[in-house]
Amino acid sequence: MQVNKITDYLWEIPPSEKEGMLVPARIYASEKLMKEMDAGVIEQITNVACLPGIQKYALCMPDGHWGYGFPIGGVAAFSLQDGVISPGGIGFDINCGMRLIRTDLTKAEVQPRLKDLLNVLFNKVPAGVGAKGFVKIEKKEMAEVMTRGVNWCIKKGYGWAQDRDRIEEGGCLPGGDPSHVSSHAVERGVGQLGTLGSGNHYLEIQVASDENIYDEKLARALGIFGRDQVVVMVHCGSRGFGHQIATDYLRVFDSAMKKYGITVRDRQLGCAPFRSPEGQAYYSAMACAANMAFANRQVITHRIREAFSQVFNEDAERLGLETIYDVAHNVAKIETYEINGKPTELLVHRKGSTRAFGPGRAEIPTLYRDWGQPVIIGGSMETGSYLCVGTQKAESETFGSTMHGAGRTMSRTAAKRMVRGSDLQRRMEEHGILVKAVSMSGLAEEAGTAYKNISEVVDTMDAVGVSKKIVQLKPIGNIKG
Amino acid sequence: MTQGYSFLEDSVISDMIFEATGDTPAELFQAAGLALFEGMADTGRVQPRIRKEIRLKHAQIDQLLYDWLSELIYLKDAAGLLFREFSVQLTQNSDWSLVATVRGEPIDPKRHALRADVKAVTYHQFEVVQTETGGWKARVVVDI
Repeated sequence: MQVNKITDYLWEIPPSEKEGMLVPARIYASEKLMKEMDAGVIEQITNVACLPGIQKYALCMPDGHWGYGFPIGGVAAFSLQDGVISPGGIGFDINCGMRLIRTDLTKAEVQPRLKDLLNVLFNKVPAGVGAKGFVKIEKKEMAEVMTRGVNWCIKKGYGWAQDRDRIEEGGCLPGGDPSHVSSHAVERGVGQLGTLGSGNHYLEIQVASDENIYDEKLARALGIFGRDQVVVMVHCGSRGFGHQIATDYLRVFDSAMKKYGITVRDRQLGCAPFRSPEGQAYYSAMACAANMAFANRQVITHRIREAFSQVFNEDAERLGLETIYDVAHNVAKIETYEINGKPTELLVHRKGSTRAFGPGRAEIPTLYRDWGQPVIIGGSMETGSYLCVGTQKAESETFGSTMHGAGRTMSRTAAKRMVRGSDLQRRMEEHGILVKAVSMSGLAEEAGTAYKNISEVVDTMDAVGVSKKIVQLKPIGNIKG
Repeated sequence: MTQGYSFLEDSVISDMIFEATGDTPAELFQAAGLALFEGMADTGRVQPRIRKEIRLKHAQIDQLLYDWLSELIYLKDAAGLLFREFSVQLTQNSDWSLVATVRGEPIDPKRHALRADVKAVTYHQFEVVQTETGGWKARVVVDI
């Protein structure tokens, strides 16, 4: 397939390269990242470019890698009138996302108690296959979680009022209707609030050092003062609840496509017109899962505050455990963009991509509106993560989107062949990172070598001007499923 | 083609792929069920002390396999169980009908050597085929 170089960081595959492509496919990557990009990305992003109602471009971010349906790192916007909605453009883990919590503590204060802290966190935030959370709710109350998200948590005492102002969508995506959610989904999810999951999900204690701050003014505006400040990052989503909703609607769309005369190049790209009953039902169920995920990360935040309070014998408020921000990187949202000179509402799918609105956009909470949307980029356990902000250029170039992480380069089996979990744990400890994991094989699968170089990924979007890096965060402690 | 399964290496970057086989569709379903749980834990350490019955119907055998594995994933989360024994009966009239008894026990991280949690079955490269020798084979990618 012909891939044209547009700039040093942008590559384009014209519609002439595959029958059915309605728009060009564009991949953001440095020369090195593009050379290493797996072939599946090109195949999949050009399949996305064939979906009905797609606008401007099918996009892939520099952390892109093979997914099912859309590649991970895929972004596509669809007309609300004649476009589709696709679970393959959102992912099984609906509203998988990142939350970053600041503290007033420094590495010197945390390090002597790090082992205790990880042990307490490991007990308070269950992880791994079949883990159940501490929140005991009835199925009926689950309906409130689905429609109110973080508002439910705050009402129940699992959060502070100001948390709501530091979460994408205020922690509640409108439009959730539990009548479109199966009892299977509710039964899977009802016991899982406050659990981390497994795979690449984690809870990490990180450090913001002066030398890793790229913009001091913005860092301060976001609550980062440097001087080896300790922060906590959480990566997880809607757990079995969201997975079941995706499973249910993939089945629905698999047959609905025949009804609407839609053919797709990959069964995993199953979709339905957004305005169809099936499309609306899925959007509504997806919003329920997004709200469950916001609530899950909020309950985990509550447990993190309890853990710090217990270990440091001090109120979480006095320790400064404020939410910096919470982003969704697997979701579809209705957002307004200029199309043919007119503001137009579109359905933007982001699958492994973070919203990156620039300063002034109404969707950004007042607290950060002058600065741009905070963008939390989770790296591998070994290499560190980033806090960035979005820019106005993102809105004109990428439907307000940027990368979400480092992006895998190696299969799980290959990673396990290269390193044993226990050896990796020892190696990380030698590098000053303590790890507690439910599964040692799961730990090996997440070795840093299985991922792209996160700095190269973040620098790509910084160079393009779509997201601006503010601080790099280095891990000192990690909990994994 | 006897009942069995194998994990295929390196075919998918972030997920898990396995191939299951059987002389009959029922054996194929049993093998796929075991492969699914072997991906999540050491099933050799799971005791078959709790029994669940599953009944499903579908016109297409591949969609029935998708539903069967999805149902097992649902039970893993909703009932908190890992399974190691799968007894499947399949009949074909106008639809395929499945009646199965599965046996296992509550998930115990201390005893079961847990591996990766499976989120869902995907349609990626998903297929169920009857081989030239009359046996049955399926390829399944699960999301983890």
